[in-house]
Amino acid sequence: MGLLDKQFADDNIVITTVDDLLNWARLSSLWQVGFGLACCAIEMMATSASHYDFDRFGVIPRPSPRQSDVIIISGTVTLKMALRVKRLYEQMPDPKYVISMGSCSNCGGPYWEHGYHVLKGVDRVVPVDVYVPGCPPRPEALLEGLMKLQEKIRNESSVKKSA
Amino acid sequence: MSFETKKNITVYKPAVKTEEMILNMGPQHPSTHGVLRLELQLEGEIITKVIPHIGYLHRCFEKHAEAMTYPQVIPYTDRMDYLASMGNEFGYAVAVEKLLNIQVPERVEYIRVIMAELQRIASHLVALGTYGADIGAMTPFLFCFRDREKILSLFEMTCGARLLYNYIWVGGLSHDLHPDFVRQTRDFVTYFKPKIKELNDLLTYNKIFIDRTSNVGILPLDTAINFGISGPMLRGSGLKWDLRKDDPYSVYHKFDFDIPVGEGKVGTVGDCWDRYYVRVLEMGESLKIIEQALDQLPEGDVSSAIPKRIKPPVGQVYTRVENPRGELGYFIISDGSVNPFRVKVRAPSFVNLGVMDVLCRGHMVADIIAILGSVDIVLGEVDR
Amino acid sequence: MKTAEEFFNILKQKFGDSIIELKSGVPLESFIIIDPLKIDEVCLFLRDDSELKFDNCMNLSGVDDANGKKEAQADGSSTIVGGTISVIYHLESVYLKHKVTLKVSAPRENPQVKSVAAIWRSADWHEREAYDLFGINFINHPDLRRILMPYDWEAGYPLRKDYKNPEFYQGMKVPY
Repeated sequence: MGLLDKQFADDNIVITTVDDLLNWARLSSLWQVGFGLACCAIEMMATSASHYDFDRFGVIPRPSPRQSDVIIISGTVTLKMALRVKRLYEQMPDPKYVISMGSCSNCGGPYWEHGYHVLKGVDRVVPVDVYVPGCPPRPEALLEGLMKLQEKIRNESSVKKSA
Repeated sequence: MSFETKKNITVYKPAVKTEEMILNMGPQHPSTHGVLRLELQLEGEIITKVIPHIGYLHRCFEKHAEAMTYPQVIPYTDRMDYLASMGNEFGYAVAVEKLLNIQVPERVEYIRVIMAELQRIASHLVALGTYGADIGAMTPFLFCFRDREKILSLFEMTCGARLLYNYIWVGGLSHDLHPDFVRQTRDFVTYFKPKIKELNDLLTYNKIFIDRTSNVGILPLDTAINFGISGPMLRGSGLKWDLRKDDPYSVYHKFDFDIPVGEGKVGTVGDCWDRYYVRVLEMGESLKIIEQALDQLPEGDVSSAIPKRIKPPVGQVYTRVENPRGELGYFIISDGSVNPFRVKVRAPSFVNLGVMDVLCRGHMVADIIAILGSVDIVLGEVDR
Repeated sequence: MKTAEEFFNILKQKFGDSIIELKSGVPLESFIIIDPLKIDEVCLFLRDDSELKFDNCMNLSGVDDANGKKEAQADGSSTIVGGTISVIYHLESVYLKHKVTLKVSAPRENPQVKSVAAIWRSADWHEREAYDLFGINFINHPDLRRILMPYDWEAGYPLRKDYKNPEFYQGMKVPY
């Protein structure tokens, strides 16, 4: 988008579509639920810290799911936890997005073969928008995942419901 | 009708019928350090019982260990205590080497000690940073993570990974040190020494922090030993017990370092502040060990003793190492084949969490956060 | 610093028939085999005697010995019938600095072992874990229920060697 004050040609009037405006507002301030399960949570915390800052993208950790837009499922989802993840997802208000971080929540990860208590992929309980691979993914990879989510939101339409 | 609490506050309850309330600090909570569920039985604001429910991160490590070969188990040991991965691998490698009865080159031992001590500093930084964030101080969190990034870049230079390394193998290491590693580590040691003083100025002697953590969660010494507590929690209660000195493994007997214990400087012996301060002092001791190890580092080949095929004789062994959270024990039973027959991990956080009920009785709800932060658990280890 | 033989002799003198044998010569630990229903008296003596003073139970683990007979089932898998399931205790003394290993074995069909949770509070959660993953019933345990698996897990005890995975759990597919 660029810095907005350079785009005003005359007297602070901008003409755009409602879609563009809404999407721009949503993608610039995605508030995330502070939800970390395992090792990937430490990389998510490192992404929020000062070296790779998450805050410059507008992402602030909120303690409650009712005040957030995006949930980053970082870490292994076990069968005992899966129902709670579903409940948290249902508590978030629309529009909501899910980023699945790490290979454990993408597909079960290194525990796919003999893990009797591991859910092989969080998409068996919640619909996922972006998958970030890695074990654990580097903070730069998580930032790229966030930017892909922002692209996805930019192309949304408020009239046509996407799948 | 009154009720004495731990902090000498007397609460007067009128003669009204009251009911006990059960409050759930659920698996998703910003300050439970992971997926831990605490069921609190409350009498107003005072806690009468705490029941921890765990198992939300049970990833079947022991079943995987029975299905993989001995070297293939190492990435799984990483992921148990993900903040101290070098320590986990170290313990497993020491246990299997004892079973195989092989001797590793001296250079390997020194590098393992350097990595373990750097990992101890990194793990304590996370513990102290998140403890401050739980109490309400956001700034030390950012400072600690900034310093931790420097350690992670040292690890990345050596083995390519920031968090889960797969570096310490049975019989040696996967890569030798980068040529610039020694110089950069010495730079880090000089950089980090004044940062401990900065952390003390920010958090340790802060009046609000002292008010919230002193005289809270006092753990008497005989209770601690009966519950099997180890690590900084036990040292915070006054006992000078450190596996690096009392049951030495690897080359720790060649270094000269102190063991900090809790002395009740701003409260009673064994309270949360003592446990926190033991961790701060331990970071300084680790710096001493790293300096000595860098000075004494010998030359050699790090992969000369790695066996081609690991097939130990029939038998069993129990070894333990000093992880940042306590005593990590590996109990390995071998039946002569290439897969272990049984690997049991005695995780320090699992045992330390058992004492939560005793520590929390009589305190208020806000003190639970302070006590849980000082126990310093990692759920990957508790649930394995 | 005493050795395992000396501990064995002291215990044999005091308890006689509950102490079954001393297995030494196995690398790397010699262990003492004890009757499963008398283990709590032996452990109380080990903790309180002034010469021994084992005040710390470092580790308590269940082991599926898998020494029974394998029987093939209809769907191609096999179950184990007969044999034993054991519990191994590692004890140490913080002040006198010695260690000992104990082992009890119980029949696989209905393993019953006396609980030592009242003697060392650290054994409490370890025994719950052994119950959860192996099915060992600890008599006199204050609160024996599952600790790591979900409370309504009905498909058996996961760490046994003949464990089979269920297909579905509460609507979620379990295998890959």
